[in-house]
Amino acid sequence: MSPTVKLLQGNEACVEGALAAGLKFFAGYPITPSTEIAEHLAERLPRVGGRFIQMEDEIASMAAVVGASLTGAKAMTATSGPGFSLKQENLGFATFTEVPCVVVNVMRGGPSTGLPTSPAQSDVMQARWGTHGDHPIIAIYPSSVPETYELTIKAFNFAEKYRTPVILLMDEVIGHMRERIELPDEPPIPIIDRAKPTVPKSEYLPFDESQGDVPPLANFGEGYRFHITGLTHDQRGFPTSAPDKTAVLLDRLHNKIYNSLDDILLWETIDMEDAEIGIFAYGATARSATRAVRLAREQGVKAGLIRPITIWPFPDQLIAQYAKQLKALVVAEMNLGQLVNEVERAAQGQVPIKRVLQANGELILPETILQAALEVK
Amino acid sequence: MLAEKYLRDAMMPHIWCPGCGHGIIMQAVIKAIDKAGLDQDKTVIVSGIGCSSRASGYMNFDTLHTTHGRALAFATGVKMANPELNVIVLTGDGDALAIGGNHFIHACRRNIDITTIIFNNSIYGMTSGQYSPMTPHGHLATTAPHGNMDRNFDVCELAKAAGATYVARSTAYHAAGMADLIGKALANKGFSVVEAISQCPTYYGRRNKQGSAIDMLNWQKEHAVNVAAAARLKPEQLEGKFVIGELHSSSAPEFTEQYDQLVARLQGRE
Repeated sequence: MSPTVKLLQGNEACVEGALAAGLKFFAGYPITPSTEIAEHLAERLPRVGGRFIQMEDEIASMAAVVGASLTGAKAMTATSGPGFSLKQENLGFATFTEVPCVVVNVMRGGPSTGLPTSPAQSDVMQARWGTHGDHPIIAIYPSSVPETYELTIKAFNFAEKYRTPVILLMDEVIGHMRERIELPDEPPIPIIDRAKPTVPKSEYLPFDESQGDVPPLANFGEGYRFHITGLTHDQRGFPTSAPDKTAVLLDRLHNKIYNSLDDILLWETIDMEDAEIGIFAYGATARSATRAVRLAREQGVKAGLIRPITIWPFPDQLIAQYAKQLKALVVAEMNLGQLVNEVERAAQGQVPIKRVLQANGELILPETILQAALEVK
Repeated sequence: MLAEKYLRDAMMPHIWCPGCGHGIIMQAVIKAIDKAGLDQDKTVIVSGIGCSSRASGYMNFDTLHTTHGRALAFATGVKMANPELNVIVLTGDGDALAIGGNHFIHACRRNIDITTIIFNNSIYGMTSGQYSPMTPHGHLATTAPHGNMDRNFDVCELAKAAGATYVARSTAYHAAGMADLIGKALANKGFSVVEAISQCPTYYGRRNKQGSAIDMLNWQKEHAVNVAAAARLKPEQLEGKFVIGELHSSSAPEFTEQYDQLVARLQGRE
């Protein structure tokens, strides 16, 4: 069958992707500019036997998502900056207890209540370090409506495969912009479901490192009778403060992500083969940067785009590789300097870096990025 | 033996202080579960943070020890995603009513089929004795060294007003009666609250000169008035006392049942 062609917002494409991935539970709280995700799922989920609930606050919706996921349901919540702040407590719980789920943050201008209807990219560091304690996280970030559909499916796949929360970052432009999208009858990529235990129920250990870096997660209600706690825990999930067991847990938690970077790190490059000037941009800013690359090429400047799709873990190797090739690297982002510091760290002084930073609630224009590229050529 | 069937031997010894009432309340919960014949594999115990909330770890079920105050929100996700499960929340007075107060009133309002036992020891015990929303006015705590200026909640009135369909109160002294009330709470198809008054001789009793654990249990015995007896007393005769027993029972649509009906209707199965 031919795919259905639609004109959708990014937020709607996120809903389509989540349903294609097998979403069965959504808990949320109204907040601009992500509310359409909740609204559409309130309509759609009960039709596919799933469940939608509007909770009393953002904290509760993150909690409900974790509770639902422990019964085996693919679960998601969606929010924006102020709500993302409130979700951090139970997002940390999910990282530490290794409960798969997807958290969407459609970024708006901050800090605080900020600019509710304007785009920003000012939560990218919060996505990494918003919750307390050492923890790894996966965050991916689309630049178009069709990509939002595909990356929402990938977010669920990563969550299930690595038994972790995954943050799907968007910005107000991607969330609200309408683009043509082809929705296939079947998901365009294989759907991954979490590994289930293979041991007898009485022998099941929910955090058993001998089962690999991602121990299988049983469902509540199937007789495994296991314990989940936000306290530091041993293989059985029981609280411990033993330094050796603490180290084993934290090491595995990090290893399961950092030993799989080949799978997790996604990016796109345009015209980088012979590029002398690189432009690093992501999300909606990458659309302006793509235009800037074309304009620069028209003027004879060998420019190219580096667009990280996986924001966290940060693609250190990608930057290090191009840092040797480039004469200069322009970093454009809708904040006052967040990922640019990661770029500088990864580049290790191998290339001069020009910052194009803007946090006034407006999209960075292609001309602004072009001008920076021409200045450093 | 109930202990062998329902407790996790590997988690013993427990962390509760000598004389603490929480073990008595946990026992009442276990007796009620056993008497109700709940399927051990289909029952999930959810708790928050604090002394009371450690009970989940001791109990041999699927158990979820969550973040401070959030047990009801996690439990709502569990119950909503799989309504076949029996979901029981064990929480404390600080956990349920201070940091978790918003979740508490909305769980009541929603009338979701969850049974909540509030272990009320009138103090934050885990952090060694700060005043809670259930610390009586004028009483002492490490953070109320000059006397508590706050007024304490009547959590049963709060639960009833917010829409809970079963509300009861008991004490560690009245352990057998407590198990019966928890049994009725489990049987209620809707949101049920049992306030279980506990004693904390270590951090509340000592500072407030309430004597030993036995003295505190005797205080519970002497100050509790059964709801039937209370109905025959004048308000002045109830001064300084508190009422125990079944305080409220009503019927209202249960949340997950309504949602199941919605799914059935939308899928044309109705």
